[in-house]
Amino acid sequence: MDLFFQLLINGIIVGTLYGVVAMCFVLIYKSTQVVNFAQGEFLLIGAWICWYILVQFQIPFVFGFLITLVFMAGLGIFIQMVVLRPMIGEPIISVIMVTIGLSIFMRALVNWLFGQNAVGFPEVFSTSSINIGGLYVQPAYLMSFVISIVIMAGFFYFFKYSRYGLAMRATAFNQQVAQSLGISVKQVFAMAWAISAMVSALAGVVVGMVNGVSSALSFIGIKVFPAVILGGLDSIIGAVVGGLIVGVLENMAEYVDGQFLYWGNMLTIAPFWVLIIILVIKPYGLFGTKDIERV
Amino acid sequence: MSASAAAAETPAATPAREPILSVNNIEVVYDDVILVLRGVSLDVPEGDIVTLLGPNGAGKTTTLKAISGLLRTENGEVTRGEVRFMGENIANMAPEQIVRRGIFQVMEGRRIVEDMTVIENLRLGAYTRKDGAAAVKRDLEMVLDYFPRLRERTGLAGYLSGGEQQMLAIGRAMMARPKLILLDEPSMGLAPLLVKEVFHIVRKLNKELGMTTLLVEQNAKMALGAASYGYIMESGKVVMDGTQADLLDNEDVKEFYLGGGGEHRKSFKNLKSYKRRKRWI
Repeated sequence: MDLFFQLLINGIIVGTLYGVVAMCFVLIYKSTQVVNFAQGEFLLIGAWICWYILVQFQIPFVFGFLITLVFMAGLGIFIQMVVLRPMIGEPIISVIMVTIGLSIFMRALVNWLFGQNAVGFPEVFSTSSINIGGLYVQPAYLMSFVISIVIMAGFFYFFKYSRYGLAMRATAFNQQVAQSLGISVKQVFAMAWAISAMVSALAGVVVGMVNGVSSALSFIGIKVFPAVILGGLDSIIGAVVGGLIVGVLENMAEYVDGQFLYWGNMLTIAPFWVLIIILVIKPYGLFGTKDIERV
Repeated sequence: MSASAAAAETPAATPAREPILSVNNIEVVYDDVILVLRGVSLDVPEGDIVTLLGPNGAGKTTTLKAISGLLRTENGEVTRGEVRFMGENIANMAPEQIVRRGIFQVMEGRRIVEDMTVIENLRLGAYTRKDGAAAVKRDLEMVLDYFPRLRERTGLAGYLSGGEQQMLAIGRAMMARPKLILLDEPSMGLAPLLVKEVFHIVRKLNKELGMTTLLVEQNAKMALGAASYGYIMESGKVVMDGTQADLLDNEDVKEFYLGGGGEHRKSFKNLKSYKRRKRWI
């Protein structure tokens, strides 16, 4: 039973991280109508850049991390302006192809610059597990959990109370309406990409600290798709819940598989099974918006 | 309320006053080929309500969008003439820059953000303001005092009734503290009683806050009741203009916009020849 709870805890911790990346995905989808298949590569690039700065310049983690965030914000805005702004008004399939191309390009670029091999992150938090009520949790994981919760609270506050958050929601609702209110849609688009890239990089650094930095980081981007679609593609809360479900499911599948079934590798496919089942029952996902209709 | 009774309430136009907005002979083209406005000119003096009347497709909404810059979002362009706002030519500027200069358009069909609450919608109206959270909060209270029934609505704005949505749209415009508000068909899709209420509010805002308003309407009776000066448009041109009293007295306006009209009913034959004579039917 201990293993069960251990995996449940792991699932929740990983799930919140998926939730954070899923939120970044939804942020871009909601405000700019772009399905960003290069989301996982933001984690990859963020982790590598942070690693490079820390190893190369030997500066304290906090500064290296801040520089990474600034770099990622710039990268997000750059990609939005150079790659995606010309695609405004093009068919959705073209935009998807562009983001897939972008993901391949960024992965190749990172492989070329930093090599294929995984490298360890300079130790920031102790990697030896600590014991909380009989369950072992790595401090880095605990940190990731706390950071994820803080980010989620930050997103909530941002969209509910800040004027830029309101402007983003208005733009997501209708761009012409947003413009009539004096909101610059270009600015909102750039902001969405900047925030999404920064927060994804943060998630990348957290995962990199635990598992080491390698191209495997970009696979989190793929894990996030079932989470996002489960939640309903345009719902921030749905992204969080979807992320949690996928994280817990993975670990539960591992438990069931390891204890009873011995099929092997169930953890990678279980989220997709559940995704299919939920989409059959609720085609818009768990929290997908249905338009308000007054009758 | 009859039109003449409403007339007594509105301030008389003083022609000597410097117009805050003056549109000079603008020509608007959509998609580089479709000519929609063919030389429209109008003036809006500060502190007045001016109305723009005309049948469907005359170009009223396009005129408003040319002023607010929203034309650009629909691939339209002012190709000739100028839109002067407080001395500056704002034709073809980006809409967000025009909002910052103090022109706020309340678009046709309300266009509130349906998945936000009333308060969030109102705060969104203050997006361009730079004078601090306290001033915005004061104005929020003021707007809710003007529209007390919005205060009770805590759910999503999409579930408000049509009249409440129109009030929310006007309230959201007030939050921006604009120097000029462009109202596009506030009466659209509302019950007659609500139309009256909305126009009452428009007049009240004009009187109490000095809100300069350019009002586009199909409901000529209500619009002329509120406005001090009116323009009538047809097929992309201004075909007639005059003060409230002039237009209300005009036989043609009476017949074609206000209904009823002259003492004796014209025969259909006369009407046809009349149509040829006057282009703006």
